[in-house]
Amino acid sequence: MTDMGVRRTERLRRRPRQPWILILGVVVYVSVVIFAPIAALVGRTFQEGLGSVLRAAREPEFLQSLQLTLVISLIIVVIQSVLGTATAWVLERHEFRGKSLINSIIDLPFAVSPVVVGYMLLLLVGRSGRLAPLLEVLNLRVAFAVPGMILATLFVTLPFMIREMGPVIRNLDFEQEQAAATLGANRWVTFRRIVVPALRVALVYGMALTLARSLGEFGAVLVVGGGIIGRTETTTLYVFRALEERNYLEAYTAALTLGLFSVVIVSLADRLRRREE
Amino acid sequence: MLTQEAVARPKAGRSQDWGLRGASLLYLLLMIVIPILVIVQDGFREGLGEFQRQIALPAARHAILLTLWTSALMTVINALAGLATAYVLVRYRFPGKSLLNALVDLPLSIPTLVTGVMLVILFGPQASLGAFLDQRLGFQVIYAPPGIVLALLFVTFPFVVRTLQPVLMDLDREQEDAAATLGASPWTIFRRVTFPALALPWLGGSLLSFARAVGEFGSVVIVAGNIPLRSQTAAVYVWGAVESENRLGASAVSIALLALAFVMMLITSRLQRRWQRAG
Repeated sequence: MTDMGVRRTERLRRRPRQPWILILGVVVYVSVVIFAPIAALVGRTFQEGLGSVLRAAREPEFLQSLQLTLVISLIIVVIQSVLGTATAWVLERHEFRGKSLINSIIDLPFAVSPVVVGYMLLLLVGRSGRLAPLLEVLNLRVAFAVPGMILATLFVTLPFMIREMGPVIRNLDFEQEQAAATLGANRWVTFRRIVVPALRVALVYGMALTLARSLGEFGAVLVVGGGIIGRTETTTLYVFRALEERNYLEAYTAALTLGLFSVVIVSLADRLRRREE
Repeated sequence: MLTQEAVARPKAGRSQDWGLRGASLLYLLLMIVIPILVIVQDGFREGLGEFQRQIALPAARHAILLTLWTSALMTVINALAGLATAYVLVRYRFPGKSLLNALVDLPLSIPTLVTGVMLVILFGPQASLGAFLDQRLGFQVIYAPPGIVLALLFVTFPFVVRTLQPVLMDLDREQEDAAATLGASPWTIFRRVTFPALALPWLGGSLLSFARAVGEFGSVVIVAGNIPLRSQTAAVYVWGAVESENRLGASAVSIALLALAFVMMLITSRLQRRWQRAG
């Protein structure tokens, strides 16, 4: 490119001709579709005054549901961190037949309706499910109990950790691992000292996404857990019941708490990721 | 450095590797494959004829069709809005840009049930906006298909935007500059140079939002309620069938939803592989 050509393209690039109508259109669209509903929830909740909101936030059934939600979500995060990382590792570093089929199956939970997930589990572990005789012998209660809800949430959160870790494992520098091995480090030491630090950011981000998805899971835990007050009622189910019983303030307060919690967790993880980059 | 990497790649086959592979494949088998096999077997328990009869029942058919058309309408709107949003976010500077960028991600972390609650507050019969639309314009949003489309638009908004953003950022600007030097108008440049490079990811992101929308439950059940033959989507139909112990109906519509999800995910992963190879 000639000197003049370079200058010309530079000028073209810098020319501040912005299509303001397009920009305005995007801003209006996002304001109406995303921002307005969020503002409506926040505004409507605090319309009743801070005192009533705080009272609604201290409802024993709400706190109980929040506790159950947190317990289930933390169990999910631990299981997915271990098994999700292992699965991502196997998919990236091992070669075996049927790998591409497995790769397409992994994203399936992303598209399968949560209600269908809950129903599939009922067919397996429900009262007349396939595994009912076995569970009876073992004296295990899975459906309409917390174990079933954990299984359901595991299904819906399955892709997050695997998809978050996959690219990072793919881009890992093999040379460092080999160098460590050459220096006499055993596989566990190499993994702990070389691999884990490299995966840390993706791990935290995957955990945050998994946690947010578990906190907000509704359809699958509704079907498999049944929403029994005080036993299998997570916070989403509490919101649903409060709406049906027309306890609007309780419903809005719980919904706002849940939404805020998820958003804060994901944006903290996002900030960490950006800082590391 | 492909060959070097191939050499350096540790050879699988040691016992630890087999243990790891076995454990993760077993996990996928137990979590995904077995539940799906069980439901497929259950749905065809009474034979193909009964499956077809269950799908063809008026309420079931209406629910499936409603799900398909609301999701399709949402996909078209989301595809256009997502393309415009990604383009504007990557190419231009304007006040409030970082806020806009942050808003795009919010639907990923907000529980979909909460989305439903938000929309009912905004457009519900008690809300001033909802009452205005309903009484003055005769346009009902809540407990009606427009509410479903709005909920789906909220839930799937990040998919197209976040698929296109990295592609747009990596796009080589020299071709566009060359076209501009040759006197092409901005619209011609977009249509003939920029868009062809975005077409595959754009289609992929749009199909992904469609796939996600077809199974959506939390926001839709709040916004649309559970009115058969009117605002009941396929996922809500399955829920109602499970509650009323209509096992045949629940299994049949579940299988239809599962099959759709499976096909959509296969297509999107194919597309993804194609544009990653091209890029």
